[in-house]
Amino acid sequence: MNASMNAALLLLTDSRLPAGGHAHSGGAEEAVRTGAVTGPDDLARLLRGRLATAGRVAAALAAAACAHALTTNDDWRELDAEADARTASPAQRDASRTQGRLLVRSARRIWPSSALDALTTALPGGAHHPVALGAVAAAAGCTPSDAALAAAYQAVTGPATAAVRLLGLDPVTVHRLLADLAPELDAMARTPATADWADLPAHAAPALDLLAEGHVHNPLKLFVS
Amino acid sequence: MTTLMTTLTNTPEPRGAVRAAAAIATRRGADGRTVLATLRSDPPLTLRQTGATRVHLVSTGAGPLGGDRLHLDLDVAPGTTLDVRSVAATLVLPGPDGETSRTSIEARVGAGATLRFTPEPTVLAAGCSHHLVVRLSLAEDASVLWREEIVFGRHGERPGRCHARFDATRGGRPLLRQEFVVGDPEIDGSPAVYGDARCVGSVFTTASLHGRGDGWAALPLAAGGTLVSALARDAVELRRRLSVVET
Repeated sequence: MNASMNAALLLLTDSRLPAGGHAHSGGAEEAVRTGAVTGPDDLARLLRGRLATAGRVAAALAAAACAHALTTNDDWRELDAEADARTASPAQRDASRTQGRLLVRSARRIWPSSALDALTTALPGGAHHPVALGAVAAAAGCTPSDAALAAAYQAVTGPATAAVRLLGLDPVTVHRLLADLAPELDAMARTPATADWADLPAHAAPALDLLAEGHVHNPLKLFVS
Repeated sequence: MTTLMTTLTNTPEPRGAVRAAAAIATRRGADGRTVLATLRSDPPLTLRQTGATRVHLVSTGAGPLGGDRLHLDLDVAPGTTLDVRSVAATLVLPGPDGETSRTSIEARVGAGATLRFTPEPTVLAAGCSHHLVVRLSLAEDASVLWREEIVFGRHGERPGRCHARFDATRGGRPLLRQEFVVGDPEIDGSPAVYGDARCVGSVFTTASLHGRGDGWAALPLAAGGTLVSALARDAVELRRRLSVVET
């Protein structure tokens, strides 16, 4: 990996990238509301479980999307349908597409590319976030492995930041929890590519699904998801 | 749940690993009614016809045990109906050599056909290592109700390991792909995954449903159909939570 690719990956995962990610808690808000997460220990378990399930799936989809953007760059709807089939919760599908749409909208101005044009044409309502992230990663000059790392990283940093705000946790303590996950994040970046999209990981997180559906009905929520 | 309890208190006889392939196929009879054209048992997968279109899986042996390779093939011909159940829970046990047991189910449901697959739960005994693979291929207007229940160990027992993968496609397009991994205490107990539940279950149905309650939600899928997903402390509570779609 050369230095410019490292810079691209940092820019891609920078929480200051205006792509709407800050509005989503990845289930953390509802987990706090229901008492499933009350402090750093619960949060650590939430993040580890989220990474092993939703994070793993997002990483694989992002890597596949990045590889696809760098090669044929057509049939985006087919990969997006694979993301749909792995996202049983309608609330999570909505949140994923919203974030995908906002990311691509910003990224087309930052890293204009034919891949992002093709993605937008194929999915005007927004691609699923991991698919969008993979395509944006390619546009920014990242590799599929970088895209997987970015997706896995964002699968845990979003809920971690949300939990700091929701529970008033010490941000240093929470960053320590994220640092503890670094080996798992690196491992996901090294996961070999899957030739057939049908075989991509599909790890379910039933508790996150139930939290997401509950969150939709909470009228006092701070986060969109 | 009497059958479940009976199974769980039986102590299995030691035996070597087995390979078995059982099959059920329907065809449409001359009068338009469903005929069970194939009913092929292969112990320990033993099949008994218990109604015109109903078949019960009757386990004639413990397990699966580590090292076993069990396969069930279901072929539901266009316009026919098949209802598959099981007599008792499946208790997955470790084998003598710590090998993984593998159960695979391949089901094809033709145009206008109906498949209902509602076996009793799979119970993961301590030390087991199990791989469950389900592939469900539906024709455009096929109807399906498919239940899967996994219980994390017998009473008071830490479960062994299990990796279950479910893939449902319609006309080749993906409807639902989901994997459950059980057996890593750090992940199992995560508030993102199973939390304090001791069982996970789901019902995949081509019917359109919505709603939610304590520990369950009916999730309308993007490409049609519904996944009812539930978590529970025990198998009875799990069944009740999944029963929102039971007839």
